[in-house]
Amino acid sequence: MTARNPSAPGASRARPSFYLRYMVEPYVYLSPALILIALVMLVPLVIGISYAFQSVNLLRPLDTGWAGLDNFRSLWSDRKFWLALTNTFWWTAGSITFQFFLGLGLALLLNTSFHGKRLVQALVFLPWAVPTFLSALTWAWLFNPTIGPLPHWLAALGILPEPFNIMGDPNLAMWGPITANVWFGIPFFAITLLAALQSIPGELYEAAEIDGASAWQMFTKITLPFLAPMIAITVMLRTIWIANFADLIFVMTGGGPANSTQILSTYIFTTAFRKLDFGYASAIAVALLGLLLVYAAVLLVLRRKLVKI
Amino acid sequence: MSVHRHSSPLAVTGKYLALALYVGFALFPLYWLAKIAVTPDKLIYTEGTALVPSSFTLENFRTVLVATDFLYYFRNSLVVSLTTAAITTCIAAAAGYAFSRFTFRGKRLVVAIMLITQMFPLLMIIAPIYKIVAAVGLLNSLTSLIIVYTAFNIPFATFLMQSFFDGIPKDLEEAGMMDGCTRFQALRKIVLPLTLPGLGATLGFIFTAAWSELLFALMLINSNDTMTFPVGLLTFVSKFSVDWGQMMAAGVLALVPSCLFFIFIQRYLVQGLTSGAVKG
Repeated sequence: MTARNPSAPGASRARPSFYLRYMVEPYVYLSPALILIALVMLVPLVIGISYAFQSVNLLRPLDTGWAGLDNFRSLWSDRKFWLALTNTFWWTAGSITFQFFLGLGLALLLNTSFHGKRLVQALVFLPWAVPTFLSALTWAWLFNPTIGPLPHWLAALGILPEPFNIMGDPNLAMWGPITANVWFGIPFFAITLLAALQSIPGELYEAAEIDGASAWQMFTKITLPFLAPMIAITVMLRTIWIANFADLIFVMTGGGPANSTQILSTYIFTTAFRKLDFGYASAIAVALLGLLLVYAAVLLVLRRKLVKI
Repeated sequence: MSVHRHSSPLAVTGKYLALALYVGFALFPLYWLAKIAVTPDKLIYTEGTALVPSSFTLENFRTVLVATDFLYYFRNSLVVSLTTAAITTCIAAAAGYAFSRFTFRGKRLVVAIMLITQMFPLLMIIAPIYKIVAAVGLLNSLTSLIIVYTAFNIPFATFLMQSFFDGIPKDLEEAGMMDGCTRFQALRKIVLPLTLPGLGATLGFIFTAAWSELLFALMLINSNDTMTFPVGLLTFVSKFSVDWGQMMAAGVLALVPSCLFFIFIQRYLVQGLTSGAVKG
């Protein structure tokens, strides 16, 4: 840089504006991004948090104003909220478990050599490119006995007593969106884990092979320790993302039947979109945000204790 | 690095079987979508679960394109997604360049803010955004969607662009600047041509994201003229839920742009996305 080469042309001109160049110039490049993020995300975020302490209902325009903790008090005694909280847990845990293990399996397969690898890789990653609303509709149709084969297959396998739509049954409905989410989410885990696998030095495996290690030993002693940091960060980010992910459930079941698939994020959306009760929706959102923060904090503390880097 | 090992024939068969299962699971729903779309209406109920229909028709596609508003929805979505992708990529390229080439006061704070925007529930701001958009009179306009989507996608696109810039040696532009280019000239003439693949990949990611967005579009748009494809399709489904063939034909059409972009960005996926994700 000019600072290291005082004789370079332009150096003498640059020196008086040194401060300008190194303090202000980056912000010139950053300013459009920062302004938009501030206006469209941060300001509404603050307003949204403030809504949680107000009564803001578009259907009752006269009844607006500060309401203190009223929204949270109704939240505490709202049976639907607690149900949605439990459902959020099952939705997130079910989706992430299947996504992770199936994604890991796919990444391990793709990290070996076989014929037609490029094509296979493109095909298995395809679900990731399918628009969410379309994945949701497609899976909803697949589970519909008039048009889709899944209920008939499940009945033929003896899993269902007769071909019916599992998304009409409160006890089974959650499996519909979870299946769609697993289908949609496997590629993400496979992509990130595959990249991590490819960064493991091949010599380690060669050395292990010379020492007579079995495939399982190589997996547990080399592969897993190398993947661990990547697994920790992706699982954490993905959990937060899935807990916030409302599209699939909203399109497939709308939270029904009898709120059996209602999770916190769909509850936020339906409260805002259908009831236009922005105050209450924001209170649910603040509760969800709080839970996610606690989750992230716990994970970070655990990680610091377990992973010594 | 691929692992080379002398494997037994049984293990090889198992591997190909597992791969076939993955490919089947990934493709089957899309195959079914296309299958119903080309099945003639009268066969849908009689052979609903047959793997291959006994006759084909493109009638559903014709009806969707000619007799419904889907062409408008398609155009609206195309306008929103393309504009969002173009603006976001420009803004994110500038921001990613700043992250990659400068160390400056407040950098950690800016990165932290961008990361936070990726973590909190986006639905949290759906009510305030609705109020603000309504207050400035932009409800039912594509402009509001473009602005909102652009802001949502900037953080991810910035980290992605940063990883692409990080991959270009600094020496190149330093040499250019020593030869008398300004930094901006060096950026335009030396760095930008080298980042073209990165710019393309970012465009693709943002296009796909904007093309798929449903909930904010549902909230901000309710006039038929400005509906995007997801909103239009969902409205169609709730109104005419028995026109299976037509719905699926519309679905297949919605798939086309995403798949085109996917084929285009596919080869950057493993390098680009992950280096962005790891650093971000």
